[in-house]
Amino acid sequence: MMCSIQITKGLLDKYGPDRVLDTPITEAGFTGIAVGAAYQGLRPVVEFMTFNFSMQAIDHIINSAAKSNYMSAGQISVPIVFRGPNGAAAGVGAQHSQCYAAWYAHVPGLKVLAPYSAEDARGLLKSAIRDPDPVVFLENELLYGESFPISAEVLDSSFSLPIGKAKIEREGKDITITAYSKMVGYALQAAEILSKEGISAEVINLRSIRPLDRAAINASVRKTNRLVTLEEGFPQHGVGSEICMSVVEESFEYLDAPVERIAGADVPMPYAANLERMAVPQVDDIVRAAKRACYRAAPMAATA
Amino acid sequence: MAPWLVRTSSQLVRRAARRLLSPSQHRRHRAPAPWKLCSVPPVPRTTSPAAGGGLWEFCSVRRFTGDSSPAAASTAEDGLAGGELELDFPGGKVSFVAEMNFLPESQKERINCYRVLDDDGRTVSGSKFQEVSKEMALKMYSEMVTLQIMDTIFYEAQRQGRISFYLTSHGEEAINIASAAALSIDDIVLPQYREPGVLLWRGFTLQEFANQCFGNSLDYGKGRQMPIHYGSNRLNYFTVSSPIATQLPHAVGAAYSLKMDKKEACAITYFGDGGTSEGDFHAALNFAAVMEAPVIFFCRNNGWAISTPTAEQFRSDGAVVRGQAYGMRSIRVDGNDALAVYSAVHIAREMAITEGRPILVEALTYRVGHHSTSDDSTKYRPVDEIEHWRTARDPISRYRKWVQGNGWWSDSDESELRNSVRQELLQAIQVAERMPKPPLTELFTDVYDEIPSNLREQERLLRDAIKKHPADYPADVRV
Repeated sequence: MMCSIQITKGLLDKYGPDRVLDTPITEAGFTGIAVGAAYQGLRPVVEFMTFNFSMQAIDHIINSAAKSNYMSAGQISVPIVFRGPNGAAAGVGAQHSQCYAAWYAHVPGLKVLAPYSAEDARGLLKSAIRDPDPVVFLENELLYGESFPISAEVLDSSFSLPIGKAKIEREGKDITITAYSKMVGYALQAAEILSKEGISAEVINLRSIRPLDRAAINASVRKTNRLVTLEEGFPQHGVGSEICMSVVEESFEYLDAPVERIAGADVPMPYAANLERMAVPQVDDIVRAAKRACYRAAPMAATA
Repeated sequence: MAPWLVRTSSQLVRRAARRLLSPSQHRRHRAPAPWKLCSVPPVPRTTSPAAGGGLWEFCSVRRFTGDSSPAAASTAEDGLAGGELELDFPGGKVSFVAEMNFLPESQKERINCYRVLDDDGRTVSGSKFQEVSKEMALKMYSEMVTLQIMDTIFYEAQRQGRISFYLTSHGEEAINIASAAALSIDDIVLPQYREPGVLLWRGFTLQEFANQCFGNSLDYGKGRQMPIHYGSNRLNYFTVSSPIATQLPHAVGAAYSLKMDKKEACAITYFGDGGTSEGDFHAALNFAAVMEAPVIFFCRNNGWAISTPTAEQFRSDGAVVRGQAYGMRSIRVDGNDALAVYSAVHIAREMAITEGRPILVEALTYRVGHHSTSDDSTKYRPVDEIEHWRTARDPISRYRKWVQGNGWWSDSDESELRNSVRQELLQAIQVAERMPKPPLTELFTDVYDEIPSNLREQERLLRDAIKKHPADYPADVRV
């Protein structure tokens, strides 16, 4: 409902002011109102300028949206979508850069999606809007400017992608790398570098953080026997922790090496460009982690 | 006026008097202040030619739509006049003044309170109100009595350990029943938690209330919620939600959706004096005014937010004065006067639907009971204050006097009603208590529209565990 990045450009002309609303500035207010409208049977799509500001509305997302179907025993369903840019952009500091995938994926009652490519964005958003449950749709500001090749099938108006299914972006046999959003692109670049060194990496684009496609992740690890989890967000209690646990629970005996976790630095995002660069994973971090999992790296000093 | 109301308003008067009558004591060694307290000029009152047949007087407040009609010309005492000293600003022209005039923090007089029945249950002479038929009047009375008895018996059941929690609406029976009576079944109700009477009015049975409190297998909430968190899709009453004031923006969204569907209905949402402090209150009122949503904001100003008195909740004259700050029409009513509440909500509903606008209704009342069974209010307020409101200001006995005065009700009717309601309630509690709890499957349903695989897996593991260790699992809960 507020956008400086022009994602909703043209929607006002197409659907009119009754359906595309500019609102007073209150995340708590417009999220609450959208939830109330969803209670009544509408299918609202709420836009946060970034998910950092969804913190001001988190009570309505969790207590009014996520839990309502359960608490009302199915009497109140909330077919709502919360969308907007998530995670780091470039030079915007701590209050504009946090990744909220782990926060929202923690909550039963919510579905959490993270598109990477244009095909993901189109197909997943359509499914999100049609889904009867509340969906958190985590986009990425830097990906808005990136172009992706798409097929005619994707351009068809009925195209949609199922929620809860990951995509194997690149097949491989030596190591599995899981990623979502912008990190998928980084993982693909790392896979290219690794292939030149004789390591064939399989890159999984998670697409859906909750529900997590545990079947696809475990099938891949049973094939490759090694895993690197990759995310931009903070490491503690992050998405990678859950993926690692899922693999330990279901495919422990298939692992030939400890699971490697690549995440952002455990600090609020600094502003200075050189510090910011060091606070998010870079392609060489991914390559190094993959090599460690393949026992091809120099031994590392134990960290405190 | 009630003791606590008198205390607060006399404090205001004393403070204002001190400032206005003895300025020299405060500013002895300073130059005379370049500003003065500006008293807000009285707004001209006009009787509306439209609806209501002169039932209500519409305070003519300009809607600042930015058209070229000039703002009221400044008066002579400000030393300025004429159109050339105006600022053309979004929202309408604004006149300039040469003196700094601060709007006072409060009006000289508190906003008046609309009432129809006096303390003895007689209609105040000259009062204008919405007439009710004998049938409607008696239904209202008997539901108020039912609510009172239901509250008493469920409260006792909690004290006996038969249910885990309860909260009563003692003292607010008129608000509950009379407001519900003024609405239609199509109007959407978003309650806080002290409005079970609205549900009662709409046809929720005593058995259904008991089922929810006991969380048994017939509870529409499948035992998912604590007691008093009722809800009914069929009766357009949204399930009670614990966080305070979250229902306010929900109501605006629901109202907006009614407007988009062009339905002949409004949304109504209830909240207490404490709820007006939440951020959601501000967001909801502002939004409703901007979006022109047909919603009634009903504030039950009952003097206490658990242990916080209104003097520590806000410094404004209650909730009613805030409406104008958002560009919203508002009214203050005597919450213990069933006919006043009925009339105000009836008209507010008409305005909301025909004009597509929100209305704020503040009902002054008193929370006679403790906040809930987890509270003992004698610890923070005087017992004689509670007793005064429980007896001298009881809304039920006041309304009863009016009904009996019309020859519609007798003492024998009264004892017959009270006995039969009591019997029905005790029966409902017994039945609800013996009813089995919801089965195990219901632990995992409704998290999502369809049960996801991880929850199916968890259910399977749980059933396996129960099979292996049956002695550890309660025998009276169905698997």
